[in-house]
Amino acid sequence: MKDIAVVAYHQSDCVSQAGAANEVELIMPQLRAVFDQVGLNNAQDVDFVCSGSCDYLQGAAFAFVAGVDALGAVPPIKESHVEMDAAWALYESILKIRMGHADSALIYGFGKSSSGELPVVLSQQLDPYYLAPLWLDTISLAAMQARMMLEQGLITERDMAEVVVRSRHNAMTNPHAQLRGEVSLDELLAQDTYVAPLRKSDCSPVSDGAAAMIICTVAKAQEWGVPYARISGIDHRIETHNLGMRNLSDSVSTRLAAAGAGIANGDVDIAELYAPFSHQEIILTRALGLGANTRVNPSGGVLAGNLMMASGLSRIGEVFNRIVAGEARRGVAHATSGPCLQHNLVTVLESA
Amino acid sequence: MSEDQEMITDIETPIYHQYNFTAGRAPARFLTQVRQGVLTGQRCPRCAAVFVPPRGSCAACGVATEEEVVLPDKATVQSFTIVAIPIPNNPIQPPYIIANLVLDGASLSFIHLMSECVNEQVHIGQRVKAVWKPEEEWDYSMDNIRYFKPIDEPDVPVKLIGKISVAGMPAAGWESS
Amino acid sequence: MANLAAVVGIGQTKYKTKRGDVSIAGLVREAALHALQDADLTWNDIEAVVIGTAPDMFEGVIMPESYLTDALGANGKPIMRVHTAGSVGGSTALVAASHVQSGTFKRVLTVTFEKQSESNAMWALSTPQPFSVHLNAGAGGYFAPIIREYMRRSNAPYDVGIKVAVKDRLHGARNPLAHLQKPDITMREVEDSFMLWDPIRLLEACPSSDGACAMVIVAEDLANKSPKPPAWIRGVAMRSEPTMYAGREEVNPQAGRDCAADVYKQAGITDPRKDLDCAEVYVPFSWYEPMWLENLGFAPEGEGWKLTMEGATSLDEGGDIPWNCSGGVLSSNPIGASGMIRFAEAARQVRGDAGDHQVPGAKLALGHAYGGGAQFFAMWVVGAEKP
Repeated sequence: MKDIAVVAYHQSDCVSQAGAANEVELIMPQLRAVFDQVGLNNAQDVDFVCSGSCDYLQGAAFAFVAGVDALGAVPPIKESHVEMDAAWALYESILKIRMGHADSALIYGFGKSSSGELPVVLSQQLDPYYLAPLWLDTISLAAMQARMMLEQGLITERDMAEVVVRSRHNAMTNPHAQLRGEVSLDELLAQDTYVAPLRKSDCSPVSDGAAAMIICTVAKAQEWGVPYARISGIDHRIETHNLGMRNLSDSVSTRLAAAGAGIANGDVDIAELYAPFSHQEIILTRALGLGANTRVNPSGGVLAGNLMMASGLSRIGEVFNRIVAGEARRGVAHATSGPCLQHNLVTVLESA
Repeated sequence: MSEDQEMITDIETPIYHQYNFTAGRAPARFLTQVRQGVLTGQRCPRCAAVFVPPRGSCAACGVATEEEVVLPDKATVQSFTIVAIPIPNNPIQPPYIIANLVLDGASLSFIHLMSECVNEQVHIGQRVKAVWKPEEEWDYSMDNIRYFKPIDEPDVPVKLIGKISVAGMPAAGWESS
Repeated sequence: MANLAAVVGIGQTKYKTKRGDVSIAGLVREAALHALQDADLTWNDIEAVVIGTAPDMFEGVIMPESYLTDALGANGKPIMRVHTAGSVGGSTALVAASHVQSGTFKRVLTVTFEKQSESNAMWALSTPQPFSVHLNAGAGGYFAPIIREYMRRSNAPYDVGIKVAVKDRLHGARNPLAHLQKPDITMREVEDSFMLWDPIRLLEACPSSDGACAMVIVAEDLANKSPKPPAWIRGVAMRSEPTMYAGREEVNPQAGRDCAADVYKQAGITDPRKDLDCAEVYVPFSWYEPMWLENLGFAPEGEGWKLTMEGATSLDEGGDIPWNCSGGVLSSNPIGASGMIRFAEAARQVRGDAGDHQVPGAKLALGHAYGGGAQFFAMWVVGAEKP
């Protein structure tokens, strides 16, 4: 399996409202930044482009088509799109490179969720006949999952609050984070519940923004003469849609994906996990078999800022950044989609 | 359950989502001008193409557009169709013309309605001018222009459409193209 | 270099305005089951699933891979959902193929679908956007002016579109799955039909259909062992260009020409009309046949309409390069699936499995899909023989 090199990554700040900014205006600065990191002009200089976004976040069909205007796609380019987090656009791009039809790829994801009420919008992801008419929003579903774990003694409210404390603390060194600062366990536990048993602080914010990444073959990275991290393994799996048939307190698909990505082949120095709810970080940490030697979510994780449709890609980007900065030699990045961690993608990155 | 009951084969589940829509920076600038009855485009710093309505980038070059160009409300018909399907909430009656119009000074077309014309006489290269709603009805929208109507100016040769300058005359150098 | 891959199973649903007898899950499962049966495989044999469909607003289900996991036997497997506007059926096939061509998987199931009767496709295609004029133009309103410009440039006779409309429906009458069954259609009937967006008449436009199409794509060693002849993937290509830019050639889009050149090069095609035995091309409005004949290099610029009028693209008239023997998009159009139906029908031809719409002895076929403002293109070439 050809090793893939990550050579550039950039994201916008996580903001609760991007305001007057259309798709092109959200995406272009991130593209410009990654092109500059490598010394490229525009999309003409990579062999493939793939993006991730979701029409319903913006309330307009074909939102991604507008994104093509940011690329400089004349003459025409090889370009594709998934209606998923851009982490899966990365996956598609890796396949393209592995089959020899591209040596490099640009990936980007974006979302302007502030236009709508995201948790409610996402209720329409559920089975249209039995579940969607109940308007089960994502927070309520996550709350039920947390309730199960609390009642089974698998976690405590304190465990959840500890995740939040660590997230806010780590986010203080993350210039893109939306929520950062020192907060005490007691302060958090004193807060009222929001959607019981979840407190507002247990839920990630909803952030507008975009992220972009450039990957290529290792040979190309060496040709460009830029620092890179190697993707040594990547795998993703989905579980049944029927929540009643899943063990919501464990993430079976994450275990499978992690095994497929070869997580156990070495030490995991850092892990960036796409856990939009504090209790889910605990589920994922356990499913990935992470021990005390792994720093989890040094960026603050998505609890500090959640770029919908780009958060998965940005986990991979955060691990890349730290490997290239010499802070870690091997790391794991996780992406998720669907209610209560239904679909999970695991990427293992290593230093060059 | 009685055998006489009909099988339920479908259910109607109306879905309503509310969105707070914001225009991008470039469209917002454009619409602010439109609200005052002024049409503008944005010029690409690399290839000089003028985009109307502007989206903030030159799609060909992949660079941001900043420079604003004020344009007249005269245009040339690049192509058109005669439509038989009514538009919800619009008083215009079918059959009506939807046309791809290139404003003088712009490099590409936008779509709008044509009226006060004989549908069968509308043709490519025809010169048209905007018919605006009364000023007191103006808002942040291209439908401040009700439609475009034909004007008495000579047709533009097809290969010059998109190359007319703001002044309405062909841009310099067209003789050689 | 890319590993060899082949289609060993194809499944489609009957296309209808409204499949009131199945849920969305039931619809996709039906196509998938047919494909598995055609390949003589079971759900457990499949390692990954790739689905594609057009905007979620056509059914009102957001990111449907989540809901359709169980219907497609994907529990515990990787699943992806491609969305490239109208070309999605084609690009989904290409993404699925890349799963095998990259050497990552050996057996992949791919399904595309649209159950647009559940929502309102015309609304979804042109939802009123704040700040812009709402013209309710729809796809027809968008493409009609471009067709008008083609007619002006080529000086084609007025009835070229009518001839295509008749030809494709007569082809569709040979295909029991096709939505529109019009074995008695005439030029007169098409000409007299209601003019929707001049010059597009009602009978020159595609229907709105529910339906799904599925394929099983496998690696070379598994294809060698498959019970029915495989369709070997000989070339794959995709190209995109922006919707609008100065000087954009809309009648004969550059992205289409570049995409065709790429896929022909891979498949060793130098003269498409001679080298290919047939083609399944995305023609949703009849005039797009002559336009695509030129865009895809089957005819010189300005002369595509001559091939149509000569009957070169007609199976019934014994043409040398039949196009859309399945009836094409003009006979069935579940938007998200239409691209894959083109790719699948091309594969059926070279497997000798196209029933009454088979081109005798077909060995090499083109599958084509396009979407957006004719800006996204996906194509493949499949052959009865390995390269």
